[in-house]
Amino acid sequence: MSAKIREYPGEEIKTRDLMEGRVPVVRWRPEAKYAWAAGVAMSRFLKELKMGRIIARRCRKCGRIVVPPRMFCEWCFRPTDEWVYVKDTGIINTYSVSYLAADATRLKEPIIVAVIELDGASKGIGILHVLGEVKPDDVKFGMRVKAVWEPPGKRTGAITDIKYFKPVQEA
Amino acid sequence: MSLERITDPREIEHWTGHMETDYVYTLGIAGEIFFREIKENAKIMGAKCKKCNLIYVPPRLFCERCFEKLNEWVEVSKRGMVHTYTVAYIDVDGSKLKEPIVWAMIRIDDVHGGFVHKLGEVNSQDVKIGMRVEAVFEDKEKRVGSILDIKYFKPVG
Amino acid sequence: MFVKKRVAVVGAGLTLFRRNLKETGRELAYEATKMALDSAGLNLKDIDCVTLGSAPDAFDGIHMKGENLVDGAGAWRKPYSRVFVGGGTGVFVANAGWWHVASGLFDTCLVVAEEKMSSCFPHPQYAFTTIFDPIMDRPLGINLVWIFALEMHRYMHVHGIKKEQIALVSVKNKGNALNHPCAQLPAKITVEDVLNSEVMVWPVQRLDVSPTSDGAAAIVLASEDVAKKVTNNPVWIDGVGWCIDSTYWTNRDLYYPKYVECAARMAYKMAGIKNPRKEIDVAEPYDPFDYKELHHMEGLLLCKKGEAPKLTEEGVTQRDGDLPVNPSGGLLGVGNPIAAAGLMKVCEIFWQLRGEAGKRQVPGDPRTGVAQAWGDLMQYGSVTVMRS
Repeated sequence: MSAKIREYPGEEIKTRDLMEGRVPVVRWRPEAKYAWAAGVAMSRFLKELKMGRIIARRCRKCGRIVVPPRMFCEWCFRPTDEWVYVKDTGIINTYSVSYLAADATRLKEPIIVAVIELDGASKGIGILHVLGEVKPDDVKFGMRVKAVWEPPGKRTGAITDIKYFKPVQEA
Repeated sequence: MSLERITDPREIEHWTGHMETDYVYTLGIAGEIFFREIKENAKIMGAKCKKCNLIYVPPRLFCERCFEKLNEWVEVSKRGMVHTYTVAYIDVDGSKLKEPIVWAMIRIDDVHGGFVHKLGEVNSQDVKIGMRVEAVFEDKEKRVGSILDIKYFKPVG
Repeated sequence: MFVKKRVAVVGAGLTLFRRNLKETGRELAYEATKMALDSAGLNLKDIDCVTLGSAPDAFDGIHMKGENLVDGAGAWRKPYSRVFVGGGTGVFVANAGWWHVASGLFDTCLVVAEEKMSSCFPHPQYAFTTIFDPIMDRPLGINLVWIFALEMHRYMHVHGIKKEQIALVSVKNKGNALNHPCAQLPAKITVEDVLNSEVMVWPVQRLDVSPTSDGAAAIVLASEDVAKKVTNNPVWIDGVGWCIDSTYWTNRDLYYPKYVECAARMAYKMAGIKNPRKEIDVAEPYDPFDYKELHHMEGLLLCKKGEAPKLTEEGVTQRDGDLPVNPSGGLLGVGNPIAAAGLMKVCEIFWQLRGEAGKRQVPGDPRTGVAQAWGDLMQYGSVTVMRS
């Protein structure tokens, strides 16, 4: 059939034409604001962050200690059993160096972002965060890192109460 | 095995945020012709489907009934009839309006379809279903090629 | 396995894929759907039901866009459903169409996919940020490309793969797209071009990534008795599979897409395929990034874990190789209007198995093909196995 089709439909226009009004358009900005309920697990998690601690949940059936904490285990599909504090140190599972901000504009100074497997949580259980006090070329897989916290007065109960993770020497 | 519950609502944290994106919608192939005629000539155009014997307003590129492409454009009447209406006392964001606004669905004469638009030059208590109305356009310099180039529909005798 | 009726693809349609198209989403859906119907020689009244796939409403900027697209999808006063599983939508919607007919409930089904990403400013990437957890991920300023970069880097680290090897996929696919009439970014490039392109989120560089696009695709499905009346060359959907993994993506090892393997096993079991590498003649895995083609080849069990780069280097995945992969040019070359891109792959397998792919045709009379799409937070796999 594709042999019979002579022409594929679609009238192309350029982004510049859209932005500069050369193609008639309707513009609209949604004013959408949200207040998400953090939920039972994350409410506690955020409170603990404000106090400079990272808290996880344990499921006794599969034995996993998971962070971000959750009130049910998605593997066993049953409620998790207890709160467990984990350390604010860990190793790098994967990382990358971003020259893009959230809105796709370019950053002069790159952000180094990593998935960090936290000590005390089960293997492979990590969180997303940024790295600091390190050059992109010096980051290695498996590197040991430690959280650098905001001072207690500046913490608000957010993941950003941890400013970044920085490399530490192996014990 | 326990299922912890929060019983004090003040214990529930909330996380706030917003969605910040701007949208730019093209009018489309059919839309461009429709709005160009409104802007340049204060004319309302319809698209004719010969097979189904219907004139569509707003006009479209294709007939959704028989799925044929529509190539024939015709000027339609600026007059029609109030099919249904409502009187709004609150604005889009829920705040109170200074004056109530009458929103109506207007069936344009001899076409399949019509517009949702404001009614003007009429008191809300005097509006009736079946009332005959006519489009009132902005002056040419003020028209930009938008549905708001029609200011409102007003009653006609 | 109880299937009431065998299902075939009997027609396909595609619009151009471009960064910006003037048509509204509805007009795009109409163009692709009309082309699919015409190619099958059918009318709207021959169609019993319609299923449409389209990814986030946030791109087109129209909430409930499944409903908005109805008239263009030929669904006026017909049984209709919209499916949405992120990037997996394009192949999953073909699976959804399949169950409409295989259940015996309908004889024909129109399957449509559309995406209009150009409406979103400053950039569709920004609308994507709402996919991420507002508490754990968004406050860090996360950009969509981060998760791909993190996954790519992990994949490279675990198997010791170099960027040069991965860049070969981009070179192949953009080159293949030179023969695709709808392609957005067909190009003759080299590995050096890829390695010298702008670094976005290391190790992802500009030429490793597919573009954002507007476009639509459609196919017509028919049950066995109807298919045989409509065409003497139906392409059977013999296997469907789909699977999703946990949203706690930082709790998973990203080096291997287990969920793609689960979806593939489901489809292969249904199609009676025991040795995918030998039995599959042509494959269209999802390639929004070049490393993804390799990642998905392994998930589709077309080679061992970590082996995909070797097959690429040896030319096995070229059009004239032993296992042609993405002869269409993939998302890297043809474009990525999310849902339509996945269905474009199903259209490609359809044309390849009928010998109608023109200059893109893989030689040797291919009989069995597989199309695969991926989606969400590195979670979703959908697979369709087709035979002529």
